[in-house]
Amino acid sequence: MASNAAVPFWRSAGMTYITYSNLCANLVRQCLKEPYKTEALSREKVHFSLSKFVDGNPQKPVIRSDSPTE
Amino acid sequence: MLRQASRLLTRSIAATQQPIKVVGARPMSTDLPATPVEDSAFVESWNKVAPNIDPPRTPSAFMKPRPPTPSTIPSKITVNFVLPYASELSNMEVDMVIIPATSGQMGVMPGHVPSIAELKPGVLSVHEGNDVKKYFLSGGFAFVHANSVADIVAVDAVPIDHIDENLVQKGLADFNLKLSSATTELEKAEAQIGVYVHSALNSALAG
Repeated sequence: MASNAAVPFWRSAGMTYITYSNLCANLVRQCLKEPYKTEALSREKVHFSLSKFVDGNPQKPVIRSDSPTE
Repeated sequence: MLRQASRLLTRSIAATQQPIKVVGARPMSTDLPATPVEDSAFVESWNKVAPNIDPPRTPSAFMKPRPPTPSTIPSKITVNFVLPYASELSNMEVDMVIIPATSGQMGVMPGHVPSIAELKPGVLSVHEGNDVKKYFLSGGFAFVHANSVADIVAVDAVPIDHIDENLVQKGLADFNLKLSSATTELEKAEAQIGVYVHSALNSALAG
Protein backbone atom coordinates (compact mmCIF):
# COMPACT_ATOMS: atom_id res chain seq x y z
CA MET A 1 0.00 0.00 0.00
CA ALA A 2 3.00 2.30 0.49
CA SER A 3 2.80 3.62 -3.02
CA ASN A 4 5.41 5.78 -4.62
CA ALA A 5 2.76 8.11 -6.06
CA ALA A 6 3.11 11.83 -5.42
CA VAL A 7 -0.04 11.83 -3.29
CA PRO A 8 -1.13 8.95 -1.04
CA PHE A 9 -4.60 7.48 -1.63
CA TRP A 10 -6.12 9.03 1.51
CA ARG A 11 -4.89 12.47 0.45
CA SER A 12 -6.53 12.22 -2.95
CA ALA A 13 -9.77 11.21 -1.19
CA GLY A 14 -9.70 14.57 0.62
CA MET A 15 -8.30 13.52 3.99
CA THR A 16 -5.64 15.51 5.80
CA TYR A 17 -2.66 13.88 7.47
CA ILE A 18 -4.19 14.57 10.89
CA THR A 19 -7.43 12.81 9.92
CA TYR A 20 -5.50 9.88 8.51
CA SER A 21 -3.13 9.46 11.44
CA ASN A 22 -5.92 9.80 14.03
CA LEU A 23 -7.97 7.22 12.14
CA CYS A 24 -5.02 4.83 12.15
CA ALA A 25 -4.36 5.41 15.86
CA ASN A 26 -8.01 4.83 16.66
CA LEU A 27 -8.12 1.55 14.77
CA VAL A 28 -5.08 0.38 16.70
CA ARG A 29 -6.72 1.32 20.01
CA GLN A 30 -9.86 -0.64 19.07
CA CYS A 31 -7.80 -3.82 18.69
CA LEU A 32 -6.32 -3.85 22.19
CA LYS A 33 -6.97 -6.41 24.91
CA GLU A 34 -9.45 -5.39 27.56
CA PRO A 35 -7.76 -3.53 30.42
CA TYR A 36 -5.62 -1.57 27.95
CA LYS A 37 -8.45 -0.86 25.51
CA THR A 38 -10.69 1.08 27.93
CA GLU A 39 -7.65 2.90 29.26
CA ALA A 40 -6.54 3.96 25.78
CA LEU A 41 -10.03 5.00 24.70
CA SER A 42 -10.73 7.00 27.88
CA ARG A 43 -7.47 8.85 27.36
CA GLU A 44 -8.76 10.14 24.04
CA LYS A 45 -12.12 11.33 25.37
CA VAL A 46 -12.94 15.02 25.17
CA HIS A 47 -15.59 16.78 27.28
CA PHE A 48 -17.29 20.01 26.30
CA SER A 49 -19.57 22.23 28.31
CA LEU A 50 -21.78 24.07 25.83
CA SER A 51 -24.07 26.93 26.72
CA LYS A 52 -25.89 28.99 24.12
CA PHE A 53 -26.39 32.70 24.57
CA VAL A 54 -29.89 34.09 24.07
CA ASP A 55 -30.34 37.86 24.29
CA GLY A 56 -26.96 38.20 25.93
CA ASN A 57 -27.72 35.64 28.66
CA PRO A 58 -26.14 32.20 28.83
CA GLN A 59 -28.59 29.29 28.85
CA LYS A 60 -28.22 26.12 30.89
CA PRO A 61 -24.89 24.46 29.94
CA VAL A 62 -24.98 21.07 28.23
CA ILE A 63 -22.16 18.61 28.83
CA ARG A 64 -21.07 16.86 25.65
CA SER A 65 -18.61 13.99 25.71
CA ASP A 66 -16.93 13.14 22.46
CA SER A 67 -14.81 10.11 21.94
CA PRO A 68 -13.03 9.68 18.61
CA THR A 69 -15.15 6.65 17.77
CA GLU A 70 -18.49 7.43 16.29
CA MET B 1 71.29 60.28 24.70
CA LEU B 2 72.14 57.77 27.37
CA ARG B 3 69.12 58.84 29.30
CA GLN B 4 67.05 58.15 26.21
CA ALA B 5 68.66 54.74 25.81
CA SER B 6 67.66 53.54 29.28
CA ARG B 7 64.11 54.58 28.60
CA LEU B 8 64.10 52.70 25.27
CA LEU B 9 65.65 49.67 26.96
CA THR B 10 62.97 49.43 29.64
CA ARG B 11 60.31 49.98 27.04
CA SER B 12 61.61 47.18 24.85
CA ILE B 13 61.73 44.83 27.85
CA ALA B 14 58.20 45.78 28.77
CA ALA B 15 57.13 45.31 25.17
CA THR B 16 58.69 41.86 24.96
CA GLN B 17 57.38 40.87 28.34
CA GLN B 18 53.83 41.75 27.44
CA PRO B 19 53.30 39.10 24.74
CA ILE B 20 54.95 36.43 26.90
CA LYS B 21 52.45 37.12 29.65
CA VAL B 22 49.58 36.85 27.15
CA VAL B 23 50.87 33.54 25.84
CA GLY B 24 51.04 32.20 29.38
CA ALA B 25 47.47 33.29 30.10
CA ARG B 26 46.11 31.80 26.88
CA PRO B 27 44.04 28.63 27.36
CA MET B 28 45.15 25.33 25.96
CA SER B 29 43.68 24.48 22.60
CA THR B 30 41.95 21.47 24.15
CA ASP B 31 40.13 23.70 26.65
CA LEU B 32 36.85 24.58 25.00
CA PRO B 33 35.47 28.00 25.80
CA ALA B 34 32.40 27.78 27.99
CA THR B 35 29.31 28.05 25.84
CA PRO B 36 27.22 31.05 26.80
CA VAL B 37 23.97 29.80 28.27
CA GLU B 38 22.25 33.15 27.85
CA ASP B 39 22.04 35.62 25.04
CA SER B 40 24.58 38.28 26.08
CA ALA B 41 22.96 40.95 23.89
CA PHE B 42 19.66 40.36 25.67
CA VAL B 43 21.23 40.52 29.14
CA GLU B 44 23.03 43.74 28.22
CA SER B 45 19.91 45.49 27.02
CA TRP B 46 17.97 44.16 30.00
CA ASN B 47 20.54 45.67 32.39
CA LYS B 48 20.18 49.00 30.58
CA VAL B 49 16.42 49.06 31.14
CA ALA B 50 16.20 47.36 34.55
CA PRO B 51 19.59 47.40 36.29
CA ASN B 52 18.14 46.30 39.67
CA ILE B 53 16.28 43.23 38.44
CA ASP B 54 17.90 39.96 37.43
CA PRO B 55 17.30 39.08 33.80
CA PRO B 56 14.65 36.37 33.35
CA ARG B 57 15.70 32.87 32.37
CA THR B 58 15.04 32.26 28.71
CA PRO B 59 14.53 28.97 26.83
CA SER B 60 18.14 29.12 25.68
CA ALA B 61 19.13 28.80 29.35
CA PHE B 62 16.67 25.99 30.09
CA MET B 63 17.25 23.80 27.07
CA LYS B 64 20.32 21.69 26.88
CA PRO B 65 22.02 21.95 23.50
CA ARG B 66 22.27 18.81 21.41
CA PRO B 67 25.50 16.89 21.93
CA PRO B 68 27.99 17.60 19.14
CA THR B 69 28.60 15.09 16.38
CA PRO B 70 31.51 12.93 17.56
CA SER B 71 34.36 12.32 15.13
CA THR B 72 34.22 8.56 15.71
CA ILE B 73 30.98 6.59 15.49
CA PRO B 74 29.74 5.68 19.00
CA SER B 75 28.88 2.05 19.74
CA LYS B 76 25.29 2.83 20.79
CA ILE B 77 22.48 4.90 19.37
CA THR B 78 20.50 7.19 21.68
CA VAL B 79 16.75 6.83 21.20
CA ASN B 80 13.97 9.17 22.29
CA PHE B 81 10.53 7.67 21.71
CA VAL B 82 7.65 10.01 22.47
CA LEU B 83 3.85 9.68 22.46
CA PRO B 84 1.37 12.52 23.03
CA TYR B 85 0.63 11.23 26.54
CA ALA B 86 3.86 9.51 27.55
CA SER B 87 7.59 9.35 27.01
CA GLU B 88 8.20 5.69 26.29
CA LEU B 89 11.98 5.81 25.91
CA SER B 90 14.02 8.80 26.89
CA ASN B 91 17.72 9.05 26.11
CA MET B 92 17.99 5.29 25.98
CA GLU B 93 21.20 3.88 24.54
CA VAL B 94 20.54 0.83 22.38
CA ASP B 95 22.29 -1.16 19.65
CA MET B 96 19.71 -0.75 16.90
CA VAL B 97 16.12 0.28 16.21
CA ILE B 98 14.05 -0.91 13.26
CA ILE B 99 11.60 1.79 12.21
CA PRO B 100 8.50 1.12 10.04
CA ALA B 101 8.97 3.92 7.49
CA THR B 102 6.57 4.36 4.57
CA SER B 103 9.45 3.53 2.24
CA GLY B 104 10.10 0.23 4.05
CA GLN B 105 11.60 -1.07 7.27
CA MET B 106 14.55 1.11 8.27
CA GLY B 107 17.28 -0.28 10.50
CA VAL B 108 18.97 2.56 12.36
CA MET B 109 22.38 1.92 13.88
CA PRO B 110 24.97 4.35 15.29
CA GLY B 111 26.37 6.62 12.58
CA HIS B 112 23.24 6.48 10.42
CA VAL B 113 22.84 9.18 7.78
CA PRO B 114 20.69 12.04 9.11
CA SER B 115 17.18 11.56 7.76
CA ILE B 116 13.50 12.18 8.36
CA ALA B 117 11.01 9.39 7.72
CA GLU B 118 7.23 9.22 7.77
CA LEU B 119 6.06 6.14 9.64
CA LYS B 120 3.38 3.69 8.56
CA PRO B 121 1.39 1.45 10.90
CA GLY B 122 3.88 -1.24 11.78
CA VAL B 123 6.33 -2.69 14.26
CA LEU B 124 9.09 -0.70 15.90
CA SER B 125 11.70 -2.99 17.39
CA VAL B 126 14.34 -1.82 19.81
CA HIS B 127 17.39 -4.09 19.98
CA GLU B 128 19.47 -3.90 23.15
CA GLY B 129 21.92 -6.78 23.40
CA ASN B 130 19.77 -9.93 23.17
CA ASP B 131 16.65 -8.08 24.30
CA VAL B 132 14.20 -7.04 21.59
CA LYS B 133 11.34 -4.76 22.60
CA LYS B 134 8.53 -4.55 20.06
CA TYR B 135 5.90 -1.84 19.80
CA PHE B 136 3.13 -1.40 17.27
CA LEU B 137 3.05 2.19 16.02
CA SER B 138 -0.02 3.67 14.36
CA GLY B 139 1.95 6.27 12.44
CA GLY B 140 4.14 9.29 13.01
CA PHE B 141 7.60 10.52 12.16
CA ALA B 142 11.19 9.57 12.90
CA PHE B 143 14.15 11.92 12.90
CA VAL B 144 17.66 10.53 12.76
CA HIS B 145 20.35 13.06 13.62
CA ALA B 146 24.00 13.08 12.60
CA ASN B 147 25.17 12.65 16.22
CA SER B 148 23.62 9.14 16.48
CA VAL B 149 20.45 10.36 18.16
CA ALA B 150 17.08 9.16 16.87
CA ASP B 151 13.78 10.80 17.79
CA ILE B 152 10.65 8.76 17.16
CA VAL B 153 7.29 10.49 17.45
CA ALA B 154 4.10 8.43 17.16
CA VAL B 155 0.38 9.13 17.52
CA ASP B 156 -0.17 5.91 19.45
CA ALA B 157 2.01 2.93 20.23
CA VAL B 158 1.28 -0.28 22.11
CA PRO B 159 3.42 -3.26 23.08
CA ILE B 160 2.69 -6.17 20.71
CA ASP B 161 1.31 -8.44 23.46
CA HIS B 162 -1.48 -5.93 24.26
CA ILE B 163 -3.12 -6.58 20.87
CA ASP B 164 -6.16 -8.88 20.76
CA GLU B 165 -5.89 -11.28 17.85
CA ASN B 166 -9.64 -11.98 17.58
CA LEU B 167 -10.47 -8.27 17.31
CA VAL B 168 -7.86 -7.90 14.56
CA GLN B 169 -9.39 -10.75 12.52
CA LYS B 170 -12.89 -9.35 13.04
CA GLY B 171 -11.78 -5.82 12.06
CA LEU B 172 -10.02 -7.10 8.96
CA ALA B 173 -13.17 -8.94 7.82
CA ASP B 174 -15.37 -5.91 8.61
CA PHE B 175 -13.26 -3.48 6.64
CA ASN B 176 -12.90 -5.85 3.68
CA LEU B 177 -16.71 -5.94 3.57
CA LYS B 178 -16.87 -2.14 3.86
CA LEU B 179 -14.33 -1.74 1.06
CA SER B 180 -16.47 -3.76 -1.34
CA SER B 181 -19.63 -1.83 -0.46
CA ALA B 182 -18.07 1.67 -0.34
CA THR B 183 -19.62 4.17 -2.75
CA THR B 184 -17.88 7.53 -2.27
CA GLU B 185 -14.16 8.02 -2.57
CA LEU B 186 -13.87 9.06 1.09
CA GLU B 187 -15.66 5.93 2.29
CA LYS B 188 -13.45 3.84 0.09
CA ALA B 189 -10.29 5.48 1.49
CA GLU B 190 -11.51 4.95 5.07
CA ALA B 191 -12.15 1.28 4.40
CA GLN B 192 -8.80 1.00 2.66
CA ILE B 193 -7.06 2.47 5.73
CA GLY B 194 -8.98 -0.01 7.89
CA VAL B 195 -7.82 -2.95 5.83
CA TYR B 196 -4.28 -1.59 5.78
CA VAL B 197 -4.04 -1.07 9.56
CA HIS B 198 -5.60 -4.44 10.38
CA SER B 199 -3.39 -6.35 7.98
CA ALA B 200 -0.38 -4.56 9.51
CA LEU B 201 -1.59 -5.61 12.97
CA ASN B 202 -2.08 -9.14 11.69
CA SER B 203 1.41 -9.42 10.26
CA ALA B 204 2.82 -7.92 13.48
CA LEU B 205 1.16 -10.70 15.48
CA ALA B 206 2.32 -13.33 13.02
CA GLY B 207 5.91 -12.15 12.75
